Amino acid sequence: MYEVRFHGRGGQGAVTAASMLATALLEQGKYAVSIPSFGFERRGAPVVSFLRCSDKVIRQLTNIYTPDCLICVDPTLAKSVDIFSGLKQGGTLVQATHKPLAEVIMADTVGIVGLCDAVNIALEIFKRPITNTLMLGAFAKTTGVVSLEALQRSLEHSDFRDAGLAQNMLALERGFNETTVHTIERRVAA
Amino acid sequence: MTTAILETPTQTQPAKQKVILCEGNEAAALAVALARPDMVAVYPITPQSSLVEHVAALIADGRMDADIVDAEGEHSVLSVLQGGALAGARTYTATCGPGLAFMFEPYFRTSGMRLPIVMSIVTRDGITPQSVWGGHQDAMTVREVGWVQVYCETVQEVLDTTVMAFKIAEHHDVMLPVNVCLDGNYLSYGTSRVELPDQAEVDAFMGVKDVNWHVALDPHRPMAVDPLTGGTSGKGPSTFVRYRKGQCRGMQNSLRVIEEVHEEWAQRFGRSFAPLVEEYRLEDADYAIMTLGSMTGAAKDAIDEARDAGKRVGLIKIKTFSPFPVEALLKSLKKIRALGVVDRSVGFRWNCGPMYQETMGVLYRLCSETGSSLPSMSFIGGLAGADITVGHFHRVIEATESLLTKPAPIEPVWLNERD
Repeated sequence: MYEVRFHGRGGQGAVTAASMLATALLEQGKYAVSIPSFGFERRGAPVVSFLRCSDKVIRQLTNIYTPDCLICVDPTLAKSVDIFSGLKQGGTLVQATHKPLAEVIMADTVGIVGLCDAVNIALEIFKRPITNTLMLGAFAKTTGVVSLEALQRSLEHSDFRDAGLAQNMLALERGFNETTVHTIERRVAA
Repeated sequence: MTTAILETPTQTQPAKQKVILCEGNEAAALAVALARPDMVAVYPITPQSSLVEHVAALIADGRMDADIVDAEGEHSVLSVLQGGALAGARTYTATCGPGLAFMFEPYFRTSGMRLPIVMSIVTRDGITPQSVWGGHQDAMTVREVGWVQVYCETVQEVLDTTVMAFKIAEHHDVMLPVNVCLDGNYLSYGTSRVELPDQAEVDAFMGVKDVNWHVALDPHRPMAVDPLTGGTSGKGPSTFVRYRKGQCRGMQNSLRVIEEVHEEWAQRFGRSFAPLVEEYRLEDADYAIMTLGSMTGAAKDAIDEARDAGKRVGLIKIKTFSPFPVEALLKSLKKIRALGVVDRSVGFRWNCGPMYQETMGVLYRLCSETGSSLPSMSFIGGLAGADITVGHFHRVIEATESLLTKPAPIEPVWLNERD
């Protein structure tokens, strides 16, 4: 079982992203379940969504408390929300940011980091800071859990409200190509 | 057959089943389209809204040939459908929580008039305090109104059961309305892999439409329906008793029909669901936990982990809640020595969960047949959208195991008290 928690703000498409990733994993022959968190949803407020994938049937329909990976589609969120809560030791962070690794908010549990300047790329493509498909590309690059091709097929099946398929396909590809992946080396405790 | 062995869908099942990914509300809407109703009436309410939005979209896109009535409230929704059903139409709606409360008067009349309307309840907890979140309180509150009520565990089961519900409701030995209950939040918005049956296969499964043979609104055959009974005069009392006894007979008949329809579904589509009561790892269990709805998935994972740790625990899941499957449950309870029942709603009168309250009646039957009582306790969790996780179920398993050696607590355990 591989568990992903999406962090974003209402309107950025974190819930939609979880669903698109689930479709892509299905394309790859995996079982996938996604579920949004339930709370006060409004544009700009912190939102969370969850995704599980496995080679076997997934029975749990619950929230995720100890994720393998965090996808944070908003660059400012980590300042106001503890996005790292419960992250497994050596877990993965895929973060939208224009900052270099040393300036990114981090927790001791993070082992692998994928960084993508998603907001600026989104402004170029969509003229709006919609980062979800970019960050799916960044997730594919960082983890290899899903292939870029499967994500592309998933997008072809999605209905886009705010932007066309072509723009999102470009966003996906640029997210994949323009993500830098870093392994965090930690000193082993004496 | 009172229980079914659940198997992973095999690759050799009937072809033509498309695999898609969708949320439970969309799965329900797709199932409604497959069942080809003549008329649907809708009023949106959270967390049901996306279900009726999907239904409306299917009709607008020409993928579903049904009249849709966008009524001014739930009382009208069900009243409109009653007219449709009386004219021989296959009818459908969905609601929850306050919407269900607002339609209570026609809700009671539907079962009395034996109209086979299918209605999804996208279950929602009760107000107050204000809540738009999932919980079984709405469906539990109306469990004594003569509707058949079945609860789903997975998105796939939502789809399959929603189609089956029409066949169960319209069966001549049943002729009762059916609620398909899907957990608000966890099933309504939970998105997962679903196999979509082929329309022609579903048409063959449904057979020739024969919805209304007993009270058709037919100008060539005028008749009165829903008469005012005579109170204590004339044949008033016996008329009323005849109605109620007929409803009870239909409810009891439905237990057999639900099993038959599930069996036929399994044969046609290769997916088997326990129709009344499901047993999971119960055969050699010392004790068991009992679940309802979407919580069951996490419960099964907890059971597997507990089994790996050497605990002899099993699970009993109720699918058909109304009518309560007394005989099927009795068979399951005879296999164990202690029971913990997890409810997603509150039974205010008994200070326990409603499913536990229902089960106590079966425990009395068990005691009178075997001469010994089965220690049991009530757990209440998942209220107002709260999660019931594998961790919560480990607490349930541990507390239930303690009943083998210690007296049962009187108070229920509130699982999310500290969440």
